[in-house]
Amino acid sequence: MMQSNQLSHKKGLVHSTESFGSVDGPGVRFLIFLQGCGMRCQFCHNPDTWKATAPGSEPSPSTLCSNSGSTWMSADELLSKALRYRSYWGQKGGITVSGGEPLLQIDFLLELFQKAKASGIHTTLDTSGGPFTKSEPFFSKFQELMQYTDLLLLDIKHIDEEQHRILTGHSNQNILELASYLSDIGKPVWIRHVLVPERSDYDKYLTRLDAFIRTLNNVQRVEVLPYHTLGAYKWKELGYDYPLDGIAPPTEERVANACRLLHTETYKGYLD
Amino acid sequence: MMQKEQWQGFAGRLWKEEINLRDFIQNNYVPYEGDASFLAGPTESTNQLWEKLQELQKEERAKGGVLDMDTEIVSTLTSHKPGYISEELKDKEAVVGLQTDKPLKRAFMPFGGIKMAEDACKTYGYTPNPDFHKIFTEYHTTHNQGVFDAYTPEMKKARHNKIITGLPDTYGRGRIVGDYRRVALYGIDLLMEMKKEDLTNCGYGSMRDSVIRQREELSMQLRALQGMKDMAAGYGFDISEPASNAKEAAQWLYFGYLAAIKTQNGAAMSVGRISTFLDIYIQRDMQKGILTESEAQELIDHMTMKFRMVKFARIPSYNQLFSGDPVWATLEVGGLGQDGRSMVTKTDYRFLHTLENMGPSPEPNLTVLYSERLPENFKDYAAYISIETSSIQYENDDVMRPIWGDDYSICCCVSATQTGKEMQFFGARANLAKCLLYAINGGIDEKSKEQVGPDYRPISSEYLDYDEVMKKYDKMMDWLAGLYVNILNLIQYMHDKYYYESALMALIDTDVRRTFATGIAGFSHVVDSLSAIKYAKVKTIRDENGLVVDYETIGDFPKYGNDDDRADDIAVWLLQTFMKKLKKHHTYRDSEPTTSILTITSNVVYGKATGALPDGRKAGAPLAPGANPSYGAEQNGLLASLNSVAKLPYEWALDGISNTQTINPDAIGHSEEERIQNLVHIMDGYFKQGAHHLNVNVFGVEKLIDAMEHPEKEEYANFTIRVSGYAVKFIDLTREQQLDVIARTCHTTV
Repeated sequence: MMQSNQLSHKKGLVHSTESFGSVDGPGVRFLIFLQGCGMRCQFCHNPDTWKATAPGSEPSPSTLCSNSGSTWMSADELLSKALRYRSYWGQKGGITVSGGEPLLQIDFLLELFQKAKASGIHTTLDTSGGPFTKSEPFFSKFQELMQYTDLLLLDIKHIDEEQHRILTGHSNQNILELASYLSDIGKPVWIRHVLVPERSDYDKYLTRLDAFIRTLNNVQRVEVLPYHTLGAYKWKELGYDYPLDGIAPPTEERVANACRLLHTETYKGYLD
Repeated sequence: MMQKEQWQGFAGRLWKEEINLRDFIQNNYVPYEGDASFLAGPTESTNQLWEKLQELQKEERAKGGVLDMDTEIVSTLTSHKPGYISEELKDKEAVVGLQTDKPLKRAFMPFGGIKMAEDACKTYGYTPNPDFHKIFTEYHTTHNQGVFDAYTPEMKKARHNKIITGLPDTYGRGRIVGDYRRVALYGIDLLMEMKKEDLTNCGYGSMRDSVIRQREELSMQLRALQGMKDMAAGYGFDISEPASNAKEAAQWLYFGYLAAIKTQNGAAMSVGRISTFLDIYIQRDMQKGILTESEAQELIDHMTMKFRMVKFARIPSYNQLFSGDPVWATLEVGGLGQDGRSMVTKTDYRFLHTLENMGPSPEPNLTVLYSERLPENFKDYAAYISIETSSIQYENDDVMRPIWGDDYSICCCVSATQTGKEMQFFGARANLAKCLLYAINGGIDEKSKEQVGPDYRPISSEYLDYDEVMKKYDKMMDWLAGLYVNILNLIQYMHDKYYYESALMALIDTDVRRTFATGIAGFSHVVDSLSAIKYAKVKTIRDENGLVVDYETIGDFPKYGNDDDRADDIAVWLLQTFMKKLKKHHTYRDSEPTTSILTITSNVVYGKATGALPDGRKAGAPLAPGANPSYGAEQNGLLASLNSVAKLPYEWALDGISNTQTINPDAIGHSEEERIQNLVHIMDGYFKQGAHHLNVNVFGVEKLIDAMEHPEKEEYANFTIRVSGYAVKFIDLTREQQLDVIARTCHTTV
């Protein structure tokens, strides 16, 4: 299907799209879920978006075909699909690319966002930061991507390195580095934190996370996303053991506690 | 030019020279651009009355849905002595008047059909006076009798097999909106003078059928106007003169409406567009310093309370079609004028605010006439009320205004009509899904196995061929359209003859325009079935007589509801084709034929009577309601679904295209402010594309399931949801319909 690696012919492996999203970035948004993720978060509700090749590697047509339901699509195809919903976007809405981990397909993402910006579309990148590194060739590409990205939704899954490894199978050092880099360049972000009982829902970790977020100067919003079990069935469908079996979603009190400790109310930038 | 002291301070000329409510409104209303902060809470009286009414409603539900019924009096304008919500509190009612002498007591209305009136009583354990049976069978012909005297065997068969359903042949046709504002602005005496002049001028020269009929109708209208005066006098009001203040305007207007619901039991008895009109009186009183905001809100609250009390005696089969005891006391707010000014006034806010002051309610059927250009504050407030109460619907003023002007009302669930200038002949629905099955089976009904349609050659192949099916479907629709129009012609003729709406027509111009409102059921299933035949392989499964009773569809095919032109083009084709076929036929009293894609809750009953379809829908399963895509067909989310519906051209379905969507509160935004903004964006985006209507529900499926299992919980007593074209208390739906609503509640992105 895809032979050339030239930018203008790049295709992305798309898990699915959704015409209506309103909790993944400002306003009403068209959501694009890219296939492939290197993290293995225990609470993941979309494990069907994980598979690419080896964890962390970019999907390529030779190693992964569309048998998972995913399709190879060009930036133009995706944008023309997204633009059918422009009348709903108003001043704030636009597209959000999520996943999976979109940064695994950074070349494609670059073209998609570049073209989106050329059409005046607000672009949001929903990332776990997993692939981020300041080494080349990634970093130059990322720097360019930031020119076409209006907002990042950055997941910080756990503030503690060791706990982060347990929860996601991945270090959090480059993720925190990404957060600091985005602060340095003044790129607006929404920090999102999934609150998982017995994993991240401890006051000591939440306080540390709060302290870290306070070192950043680009945070428009901090959201606590209560862990939910709606994705658990997908693990079973895929033949995986569900690691959080038996853990119930956090209580309203715990969610309110996390919001308090993270001072979510003080981040109002998103309302502008 | 007429002059009345009650008009002091009102501007304009034309409305003083002729009856012209639009001119009065345009010359006098004050648009309001501000926010909702001015609104007042409920007064002590409002709380007391509403509490009393809720007690009565609870009692009504405990008694199986009916609190009390009249068995001794045939309802007329003056048949009952005055009634109040409660004798002790009657001085607190800012607006008075009930259908009978007691609250929620249902009147005996036999003119549509004596059998239905009697059966309704018997269903709830009441026995009507036996004299009525004799009178309305031996001495007087009812509408129902007239219709059945004239029906042909073919018509009866089509009706019995439910390819044409919901026909208004046993009760009032409804859907006529009297211009109740006229009573307030002009007073009854002036209105009578005008009608007398019309009578004088009618029939100059020759006495033809139409002239004789017109003269008779005008005389009936004059008697009705006199009856309204007498009815009001019973309550201690003289409405012969114009209303002199806001309180009187609300009361006079309500008496006009009360006259309608005392004499007609139509399926839809709309109130009309009254907010801007009433605001003019409220504004004048406030300027004079004789009315406070709290008093103004009380007036609107009490009037609304009356609209919440409208009841008719119905039979079980009617309730299955229109579940939850609706009356479509439809009332509009918002909209723009022809000159581009917003018609939103503070009273538009006040009507929406009744849902806060007295909680959610299905009636009146509050409708926001939507335009992207409405004041942002008002859009936000309406969205807020939607999110809080799921009790209002939206209709696109930008597509209706060019056709109906800026003084139209909604006369049923979603259908527009020019207020005081137009009436509608309402006519149920043709089941186009069943028609497709008739095309395949050569006119034999797949359920009863009767030859109902013409015995055209059936399809004999194992696999369906698209071109062959289309050719046969086209012919079968020709037959159905012709039969359908003629059934309606007959029904409307008899209704005019035996159950003429003299009180309503007295408040409409004598030289009235008429529309002839047909309807389509099974829309999405036909579209998907034709798409399946075109893009996949559809194998027929036959019974022992060779009749196709089921289908096996192999392969994928595009479905309506995904913004996929391959399916959506079929949808547009279907609508236009059926409309063209309807237009070929003569329609009663030279009315203008229109059609609708709306089914109310009747989609469940229609589905029961419809066999399996090539789109995969099983025999007996509910049809999708209105113009909604079929259950499970939507694979690309809410906006893709809305885009598909928005492609249906309103100009080809002037009677309305109803769409109902339920959104999970968590899926529409994380904060209240975002939820409001996002809902406004959804409506802006949808209506900008020319879509006609949207019912908005905001709740999760968990709430529905809990309400179904625990209807006794206090929190569900007034839990209101929007269904196709109206709002209903969820716990008043049949279990079957509750399950249907739950099955359709699916837009919950996680």
